[in-house]
Amino acid sequence: MTILRLLWIYLRVGVMNELAYRVNFFVRLFQSLLELGTALAGLAVVFSYTDTLGGWRPDEILALLGVYFLVGGVISVVIQPSMEGFIESVREGTLDFTLTKPEDAQLLVSVQAVDLWGFIDVLLGSGVLVVALARLGERVGGLEAAMFGAMLTAGIGIVYAFWLILATCSFWFVRVENILVIFQSMYQAGRWPVSLYPGWLRYGLTFLVPVAFATTVPAEALTGRLNTETMLGALALAAALLLASRAFWRTGIRHYSGASA
Amino acid sequence: MSGLIDLYLQQFKTSLAAMLQYRAALVIWLIGQILEPLIYLVVWTVVSQTQGGSVGGFTTGEFAAYFIGLMLVNHLTYTWIMYEYEYRVRHGSLSFALLRPVHPIHSDIADNVSSKVVSLPGMFLAAVVLGLLFRPTFHFVPWAVAAAVPALVMAFLLRFFIEWCLALAAFWMTRVNAVNQTYFAAMLFLSGQVAPVALLPGWIQTTAAILPFRWMIAFPLELLLGRLTPIQTMEGFAIQGAWIGLGWISMRIVWRAGVRAYAAVGG
Repeated sequence: MTILRLLWIYLRVGVMNELAYRVNFFVRLFQSLLELGTALAGLAVVFSYTDTLGGWRPDEILALLGVYFLVGGVISVVIQPSMEGFIESVREGTLDFTLTKPEDAQLLVSVQAVDLWGFIDVLLGSGVLVVALARLGERVGGLEAAMFGAMLTAGIGIVYAFWLILATCSFWFVRVENILVIFQSMYQAGRWPVSLYPGWLRYGLTFLVPVAFATTVPAEALTGRLNTETMLGALALAAALLLASRAFWRTGIRHYSGASA
Repeated sequence: MSGLIDLYLQQFKTSLAAMLQYRAALVIWLIGQILEPLIYLVVWTVVSQTQGGSVGGFTTGEFAAYFIGLMLVNHLTYTWIMYEYEYRVRHGSLSFALLRPVHPIHSDIADNVSSKVVSLPGMFLAAVVLGLLFRPTFHFVPWAVAAAVPALVMAFLLRFFIEWCLALAAFWMTRVNAVNQTYFAAMLFLSGQVAPVALLPGWIQTTAAILPFRWMIAFPLELLLGRLTPIQTMEGFAIQGAWIGLGWISMRIVWRAGVRAYAAVGG
């Protein structure tokens, strides 16, 4: 429960900070709507020439787009700003202050910054998802919904662990945010099912940069095309990566000697 | 004139040195530049295969040639000047550029060209690899390929002028991201990045013919691929020329007004 309480506190601070710049809300809303509009128009163009794309029907791709915005929103609300803040604090030496606090340092570092307006993407993504679900109708039952929830959680867990592992590298290397920029740039590939991509790229988007687990796999669960192996694999990978990132974080912390003091 | 040439040579040297310092940033930028056309290449390849090998006048191989060519043309005409100006105006570093005896646009052009020279080998390598993977069909039309060279130069100038105007919006606004994003969204469709312009609905094609976007990317690209008739080519050059003139005039007007409005934040 500590995690929720802390997240709540940081969220409140984030809200208070951001509410000082209210015009930002409209700017960000505009930008998110523009991105969504562009994505939908792109889908419209593609589906004016075909009925299915690699076996996916338009409504199913729409559901995937919803997941893409939803997960992208979660990343931009807390994962990305917190990890960037963490890398910055290692370089500046302000991580010292975090380490003196009486809570688990990994937890503090992971929720330390909240970008409030990222919720716009979460909401838009959920909206798209609801529309897609309504159009898919009864083909999505309770089982699919449960599997979707599990895969979404696993996907977000995998992305978080991935970012944490890369960010932890900043204990040894100075310029790691570059690798994180690569993730941001690769993430746009998740707007389409990874099964479309040729083998080498699909492999890269699955294991090198876990875009597939963040978007395609949850959408597969929702549209009833997820096989048991992938599901178990995603759960196992999420658990393994979360444990590994925790262990790696501890090693890093032991290595950290402070730069400010 | 020889003063200007010296200036460019010197600027090339300094920008090259700066580019080579930030190799990682260059690689990341390249990945983004390659990935976007690659995604649409994959999507349209799948669509074309589902439809039995061709869609809207493009075969699977022609789609491959189109998007690989798109990657190169986009790279050759790309600028990031709007991000640069937002930074310069916000941090006040523009003040130093204004003190110099020559117009700042010269150093911007030299900067842009030298960064392309540095990243071109990477881009060509990517094009070759994608060519081997996706097997493009390329119809070699000698006159069209020859005409594509000036079309590319004009496209570069056109895009540079227009984006330089857009960049100067930073004189009046502090948050120009939304403006840039709107511009890029329009560009995505109207310049043929999502799909070849011929595959878009009729009213978008009409819009694309009027606005400058199509003439920055799609026109030299289609010419290179031998998809345009001589008459279409002449029309294209005329429209490009008109837009370049318009872009140049508005650049001068906006620059004058902007420098007057510039209050040197920070500086």
